[in-house]
Amino acid sequence: MSDTLPERRIPDRLNSRAYRLFRSWEALLLAVAIAIFVVNSFASPYFLSAWNLSDATFNFTEKAMIAFAMALLIISGEIDLSVASIIALASTAMGLALQYGAGTPELVVVGLVVGLLCGAFNAVFVTILGLPSIVVTIGTMSLFRGISYIILGDDAFRGYPSSFAWFGQGYIYWVFTVEMLFFVVIAVIYGVVLHKTNFGRAVYAIGNNPTGALFSGIRVQRVKFILFLLTGLMSGVAAVCLTSRLGSTRPSIAQGMELEVVTMVVLGGVNILGGSGSIPGVVIAAFVMGLVTFGLGLLNVPGIVMSIFIGLLLIGVIALPRLWTMLARRARS
Amino acid sequence: MSVFDKLIASAALATAMFAGPAMAQDDVRIALVVKALGIGFFEAAAEGAEEAAEELGNVEIIYTGPTDTTAEGQIEVINSLIAQNVDAIAVSANDTDALVPALQRAMQRGITVISWDSGVAPEGRELHLNPSSNSLIGNMIIKLAADHLPDGGEVAVLSATTTSTNQNIWIEEMNKVMGNYPGIEVVATVYGDDLADKSYREATGLMQSYPDLDAIIAPTSVGIVAAAQAVVDAGKVGEVNVTGLGLPSEMAGAIESGASQSFAIWNPIDLGYSATMLAYELSQNGVEAAPGAEIPMGRMGTLTLDDNSEGAMADPFVYDASNIDQFKSIF
Repeated sequence: MSDTLPERRIPDRLNSRAYRLFRSWEALLLAVAIAIFVVNSFASPYFLSAWNLSDATFNFTEKAMIAFAMALLIISGEIDLSVASIIALASTAMGLALQYGAGTPELVVVGLVVGLLCGAFNAVFVTILGLPSIVVTIGTMSLFRGISYIILGDDAFRGYPSSFAWFGQGYIYWVFTVEMLFFVVIAVIYGVVLHKTNFGRAVYAIGNNPTGALFSGIRVQRVKFILFLLTGLMSGVAAVCLTSRLGSTRPSIAQGMELEVVTMVVLGGVNILGGSGSIPGVVIAAFVMGLVTFGLGLLNVPGIVMSIFIGLLLIGVIALPRLWTMLARRARS
Repeated sequence: MSVFDKLIASAALATAMFAGPAMAQDDVRIALVVKALGIGFFEAAAEGAEEAAEELGNVEIIYTGPTDTTAEGQIEVINSLIAQNVDAIAVSANDTDALVPALQRAMQRGITVISWDSGVAPEGRELHLNPSSNSLIGNMIIKLAADHLPDGGEVAVLSATTTSTNQNIWIEEMNKVMGNYPGIEVVATVYGDDLADKSYREATGLMQSYPDLDAIIAPTSVGIVAAAQAVVDAGKVGEVNVTGLGLPSEMAGAIESGASQSFAIWNPIDLGYSATMLAYELSQNGVEAAPGAEIPMGRMGTLTLDDNSEGAMADPFVYDASNIDQFKSIF
């Protein structure tokens, strides 16, 4: 409180500047989002329309639901690359349940439970057998989707009840979709869990120093187990929404979505090596990715160019702080 | 840092803005949505669409699609087309059912929706354009053989598997029209299981069992290539003509060596052309896509719709020495 001491520079805190940058990450990202929004409004006469913007949110809501859970997982130093395949398996299970006469509530339960089970499967290999999560989930990525292919082949499950369409095609009020509501609720829950609870502090501690966390009395493996369960559960939620939106299940559903989810998390300022990141960052990153793809789509920019742009955005956002630190260090020496 | 980011974002978007074609609002905008960009077959279809646009005069073609063949990617593309309020969407679907909700929304907002090549379930489109029909294909494969046998002769069929639905229907349709080709006798039907080596052995076996064999009909892209190779290896080029359904890129060698006089498959240029013409008719000329309707499609004649509002464009397109070079690089 008392400001009697003059400000000092301590040599071993060379990264204080980068640290400040990290702190303002969300502000930066928000500026990018606003810039993209403004440019889009000028670039296309169709951008500023409530219904069009509402349609555009489908580009990111399902991915973002998983991204929140994935953010916690990555902050803790693990990763789950099987999320898109969990969607495929959960959706296939819902389709199977449908064949046996399940109604909408049962379908939702089946989707969520299968998501949880897949998460638990990953968790057992990572936390109990101690295998690296990237290896385990690359394996389950093929495994889960493989099961869907065995069950479905080149066929599809269709004929979901019309009440089931509410999740992916329904509107709460005017242009506000059911998926948007899920997005907001899930964002708030994960924001509170990560930033306001002991559990959230434990996640950061594990990501920064798992051994230190263990000796501080944190049950590291249990926390990680829960995080994998949550990621599986969120994949189940996304599976319900996506299946409802598509109105059918094919084994190729959500193909390649895992990388878009990870991109969203990293763009949101979560350190891919664990230890730092925030939920507001991921929320803004979701909007940035959604606005960019929708804006470019309105200009009929080919998808290939779009992925180049997303790739550049990601590399730029990761590389620039590092570059900045290096330049700052050189300037000082 | 923040300036950098903004620069990147705005620079890229500005580039995109300039790259986008200047939009003339009174043009009729027809979107040709394909399974994925960067596939030769669809690039050729886009070429056909441009041809139709030129013929019609006031049409702008938006050729678009996702980067990989997913339904989700196509839905994002369709959403952005709905947002632009295009006049018509002609889609080759990655998924029969998953596109239905998105396309229904497009139709609710007054956009004409048709599918071509790979169809959408009836409730998600106004009509579907098939490249050809089973009966046209069945007729074509025997006609290809008969055209080179004016005095009649012995032909054999090399199919895929015994349970291949498409091939079985085509052979059945072929048998129905055999009466139109007097003197042509089908001496055997064998199955290569769509495996190159088994098809090769079956073709070789046919030539040994029937020394007077004049033609092998393979209504499968794997079988036709293998059969052509078998004919070359047996030194029977000129005696046994291999024909059926194949891909120009794979059959170019067989046409060159003379093992195959001609073969057939759909023509993607015609397909893109017809899809554009149909979309234009429905969206601009008030044509109703009801069962039984006959809809004009420029130089390709008219499309007659069946009970599912589906129609067949034309006979499969015949490829021979005169046009193989043009198409072998396309698909």
